[in-house]
Amino acid sequence: MSIDHDDARRVAILARIRVDDEDLPALASEFNAILGFIEQLREVDVRDVEPMTSVTPMRLKRREDRIAGGGITKKVLANAPDAREGYFVVPKVVE
Amino acid sequence: MDGLNFLSISEARDRLRAGEITSMELTQACLAAAEEAEALNAVVHPTPDLALEQARAADARLAEGQAPAMCGIPVGIKDLFCTEGVPSQAASGILAGFKPAYESTVTSRLFEAGAVMTGKLNMDEFAMGSSTETSVYGSTVNPWKSDDTELTPGGSSGGSAAAVAADLCLGATGTDTGGSIRQPAAFTGITGMKPTYGRVSRWGIIAFASSLDQAGPMTKSVRDAAIMLEAMSGHDPKDSTSADIPVPDFEGMLTGEIRGKTVGIPKEYRMDGMPAAIDELWASGRSMLEDAGATLVDISLPHTKVALPAYYVVAPAEASSNLARYDGVRYGHRATLAQGDDITAMYEKTRAEGFGDEVKRRVMIGTYVLSAGFYDAYYNHARKVRALIKKDFEDVFADGIDAILTPATPSAAFPLGQKFDDPVQMYLNDVFTVTVNLAGLPGISVPAGLDPDGLPLGLQLIGKPWEEGELLDFALAIEDRAGFVAKPEKWW
Repeated sequence: MSIDHDDARRVAILARIRVDDEDLPALASEFNAILGFIEQLREVDVRDVEPMTSVTPMRLKRREDRIAGGGITKKVLANAPDAREGYFVVPKVVE
Repeated sequence: MDGLNFLSISEARDRLRAGEITSMELTQACLAAAEEAEALNAVVHPTPDLALEQARAADARLAEGQAPAMCGIPVGIKDLFCTEGVPSQAASGILAGFKPAYESTVTSRLFEAGAVMTGKLNMDEFAMGSSTETSVYGSTVNPWKSDDTELTPGGSSGGSAAAVAADLCLGATGTDTGGSIRQPAAFTGITGMKPTYGRVSRWGIIAFASSLDQAGPMTKSVRDAAIMLEAMSGHDPKDSTSADIPVPDFEGMLTGEIRGKTVGIPKEYRMDGMPAAIDELWASGRSMLEDAGATLVDISLPHTKVALPAYYVVAPAEASSNLARYDGVRYGHRATLAQGDDITAMYEKTRAEGFGDEVKRRVMIGTYVLSAGFYDAYYNHARKVRALIKKDFEDVFADGIDAILTPATPSAAFPLGQKFDDPVQMYLNDVFTVTVNLAGLPGISVPAGLDPDGLPLGLQLIGKPWEEGELLDFALAIEDRAGFVAKPEKWW
């Protein structure tokens, strides 16, 4: 399988990373090198093998469904690039 | 070589408890050594004020008696760990200025045990790399040199490795997703251990690939690894994958006694074109274990060859999900927007500016293998291969193998700035270590010799799940016999 410029552009959009048009050929070629390497996986017969979900056999713990913290708005917003009146500020989303 | 910063953790612990030295003296020696070592670029956010405050508290606690082993011991912390009020950037531009409002579980545990943090240490951006060259802070330089060439300390925990090897701290935390503790430990002549997945809490450690990431100690000796691992370990309700099982007294268990035990030598780890020095090191490791009374058995781990390709599907897939949170909204960098830029433009510009090339590459590969139409062909297929890799290990352990001996890396440290044909060349550094992460097993790299250029080489031992204690005995048996005492000549 080979990745062309359009595939590379599509992946960059999905990943929400701006890539300039002139950088797409180099990116596509790096993808092809990595995907070519990954292709080796096809040689492995995986019939009747269950995909791994947890590397150590363990049952996830359960806890009571109740609020365990909160009321720390200031701390939550402390690192925000733009925060006002207790909210994160972003460009207009809804017209 | 008589500075207190040259002590090991166990030596310092004994002298602190005996009242021969104070944590304040020890901490000042480390801070001074770090200040002199700017050329190494290992410490990226020094925390001298915090260190001196913690040292003062540790001395008070030591004076009362009954202080834990780590009390008063200066350690460095990889930049991947969130430390309250101290920059924690994962060596990425996208987390510029980020100061967590909370403390990671590992650093909380170390601080509760009285450890002193001297600073945050360099690494590859988001732990993605094997040379510390992808760091936004610039590369760390290996304290070891061959001729006058500057070498990589390895990565991603390259700052931790260089700091311990250059005696800027007595030990350091690292994290290991595909070899990021063991490879830099091998490149710098120190001991580095990745525990069983779930032994150490991941809470507050900036996530790369959550099913593979595990923190561990990087130290000057196997005994120190035992001491520091114990302080870092334990169940944490805030990490749902942390194991709710008791933490053994790793140092108390440590004997180096491996008589009657069986060590597997996997034939698939004999690679074409492997340097003769690596082959000889592996052979000498086998002799050392035999000398210690272990029986060596040739074994096969048939899926070894496809471990790296499986890793380069699973790890980027998880990274693309984990790194989706860096969007310029809640923390870190946000791009300056042009008139009329919408929120998608904000995300795209922020991520383009904030992430380095290797991180972008892996996020995009992960996005690709998880995208509609490719999810089964790549991601699910890789998860099935991963199950087979784990089964390889389960089978040999069921056959009576107690530990597995391999080289830690396919070469000694390579020059900084070395050009590779494509990204895959760099990935091959992890060829001997990555299987351990995929199978969730404990692994340790122990310095065991020098190559013809005088550079350190490490042997890797792989253990059974939750048997870090037994694994440390194998490591001690190697350490005792290798007699590795070489240190880099100080040039910085």
